[in-house]
Amino acid sequence: MRAAPATSGRAWDRLSLRHKRVIWAWGFLALPIVFYGMIRFWPTLEALALSFTNWNLLKPASFVGFENYIRLWNDPLFWQVFRNTFAYLIIGTPISLIISFVIAYYLDRVRFMHGFIRALYFLPFLTTAVAMAWVWRWFYQPVPIGVFNGLLTWLGLPQQPFLRSTTQALPAILAPAVWAGLGFQVIIFIAGLRAIPTSYYEAARIDGVSEFTILRRITIPLLKPTIVFLVVFSSIGFLRIFDQVYNMNFNDPGGPLNSTKPLVLMIYQTAFKSFDMGYAAAQTVVLFMILLVVSLIQLRILKDR
Amino acid sequence: MRLKKMIAGLAFGISVLAANAASAVEIEYWQYVFDTRVKAMDQLIQKFQAANPDIKVKHTTFPYAEYQTKVAAAVTAGQGPDVVQLFYGWVDGFVAGKLIQPLPKDAFPHDKIEAEFFPIVKAMKRGDEYYGLPTAVRSLALFYNKKAFQAAGLDPSKPPQTLDELVAAAEKTVKRDSAGNIVSAGITLDMAGQDHHWWREVLVRQYGGTPYTDNDRKVAYDSDAGLKALQFYTDLQTKHKVGSVGFMDEGQAAFKAGLAAMTIDGTFRLGSFNAIKGFEWGVTELPADAKGMRSNYASYFANAISSKVQGEKLEASKKFLAYISSPEAMDLWLQTVGELPARRSAAMTQANLANPIYGPFLKGLEYAHTTMFLDEAAQRQTAIDMVNRVLIQKQDPKASLAEAAKAEQAIIDRAAK
Repeated sequence: MRAAPATSGRAWDRLSLRHKRVIWAWGFLALPIVFYGMIRFWPTLEALALSFTNWNLLKPASFVGFENYIRLWNDPLFWQVFRNTFAYLIIGTPISLIISFVIAYYLDRVRFMHGFIRALYFLPFLTTAVAMAWVWRWFYQPVPIGVFNGLLTWLGLPQQPFLRSTTQALPAILAPAVWAGLGFQVIIFIAGLRAIPTSYYEAARIDGVSEFTILRRITIPLLKPTIVFLVVFSSIGFLRIFDQVYNMNFNDPGGPLNSTKPLVLMIYQTAFKSFDMGYAAAQTVVLFMILLVVSLIQLRILKDR
Repeated sequence: MRLKKMIAGLAFGISVLAANAASAVEIEYWQYVFDTRVKAMDQLIQKFQAANPDIKVKHTTFPYAEYQTKVAAAVTAGQGPDVVQLFYGWVDGFVAGKLIQPLPKDAFPHDKIEAEFFPIVKAMKRGDEYYGLPTAVRSLALFYNKKAFQAAGLDPSKPPQTLDELVAAAEKTVKRDSAGNIVSAGITLDMAGQDHHWWREVLVRQYGGTPYTDNDRKVAYDSDAGLKALQFYTDLQTKHKVGSVGFMDEGQAAFKAGLAAMTIDGTFRLGSFNAIKGFEWGVTELPADAKGMRSNYASYFANAISSKVQGEKLEASKKFLAYISSPEAMDLWLQTVGELPARRSAAMTQANLANPIYGPFLKGLEYAHTTMFLDEAAQRQTAIDMVNRVLIQKQDPKASLAEAAKAEQAIIDRAAK
């Protein structure tokens, strides 16, 4: 009994300091790796396996090959949802980036109450998306309770259907999503702007370069890492949009007529309303591929040049 | 010395706990969270335990959104509830997934069930077995705002009894601003609420059709009757302009705020409407057609015994299930939740029928239909979309109806496989 620790102690003693350090480092690293592997990668692989079955939560799963993927390809709802998802991305990302850059660019020059104004911009980011979605949902209501329609009728303009329209609903849902993400992007942009050495600007000013040229030749090129990060980050955010959509048309999520339904919501409904787990898993795999491809393309385009 | 005493104390404690555990059977009951239902069940459990001191019932609740998933996951893992609540429309899935077992015939003889419960209990029967029993059932009725009726010059003691009268009353009570926007609706239009049931099981039948055939496995509303029913519904917004889908977000919210003179809703809404302080409201049966024909939609949550239960737990579960479907429990449920007793004798009492609120709902039960949904959420969605296509996209009602029928049939076929 007593010999065991002694031998192991001797084995430990025989190791060099460098080896001991490596063992310690791996020992500490192993924990998060195992944890991460268990809660992230293992379920991901499970989902992949599930997408080739017809599991519906109640009956045992049986292998169906590519049936779910073929069904997805032939599902008009999938293509509609696919278009919606990219509409969120293609409208949302540039608009939110341009607005947040403009705000950051000018806010960076404001000295008066700088911290306070910055906090105001950041505040929506701290609010839960669900609460925000419900408030905005009421904003968009028809009279007598909707704020926007109240304003329109007060100005003598016709009411707008907003969330009850197949064309207006998606932008109407996108607006609070953009607004909510703004604070975070502004902060990151300001940090990026502050990181640019002032000596470049001083040199440029001494040479008498215009403000616009400074922006185009110095500020934006040097902000590239920040822009890359934000483009990828906000793209993933818009591709995964869910809370706002689900809560703003709560009784007809993704409606009207699926005009606002993103892929994530379709997955949710397939899995947890219709309990069609195999089909939902196939959708998840497709979403994963989309996220992967979009992120890789963006990294490629924005980084090497 | 001290250590020995501690160990002795501990051992004694454990033995007491063990003895207690051995003498009392603990069973677990699951239902979803709904304030008054949870309260009612807590009271029932208390009474049941007082009468059966050797049985303990653990009451577990989950939010509705994750309820079905939790039940399926737990029972397949051999855990979870002994007695479980389920929507009548889930029976097929639960039976196929072997989540629930047939009710033992010794405790629940079929002839007694069929004689004592309302006929809609048949929705719990598969083959030769009953799989659950309801405590309470729900039906639909027309709620109306007496104050709004009075203000419009209508007699608040004479609510509309036919569809024509309904439209007339809605036209009188609707209020619009100078631009023609509705500021107070005559009747709420909310397909995502109860209106899809009204359309499916009531309006379609009143126009001479049947919503489904073949045990609700074949969609049959793509007919002249279905078209007329859809037309009647969408006309309320487009022709009569007495309501608007999305007004005040939800039909029940509009009615509760006093901004809608009429709404169609179920018994389960009584608790929420009872909190209304600003005006007095009344209930009447769903309007009849010109020939006096009425229909209604009834639904219920039933309680079942999960498949893994056996031995003394099964005996305890049988006792508990029998108690929560007893007339006494139904009465308590009616008082606390406002849902109607599932047994004829407990429901059709003089007092209940004369009750101005329960009466119309109970009368509705007599001629109610129960849709055998296979995927309720998806089937409801087809009805929502059908109306939206007409109202938002101005699609021809006939084409929209045909599209809805096709989509719903596809959902049924896939789910029935």
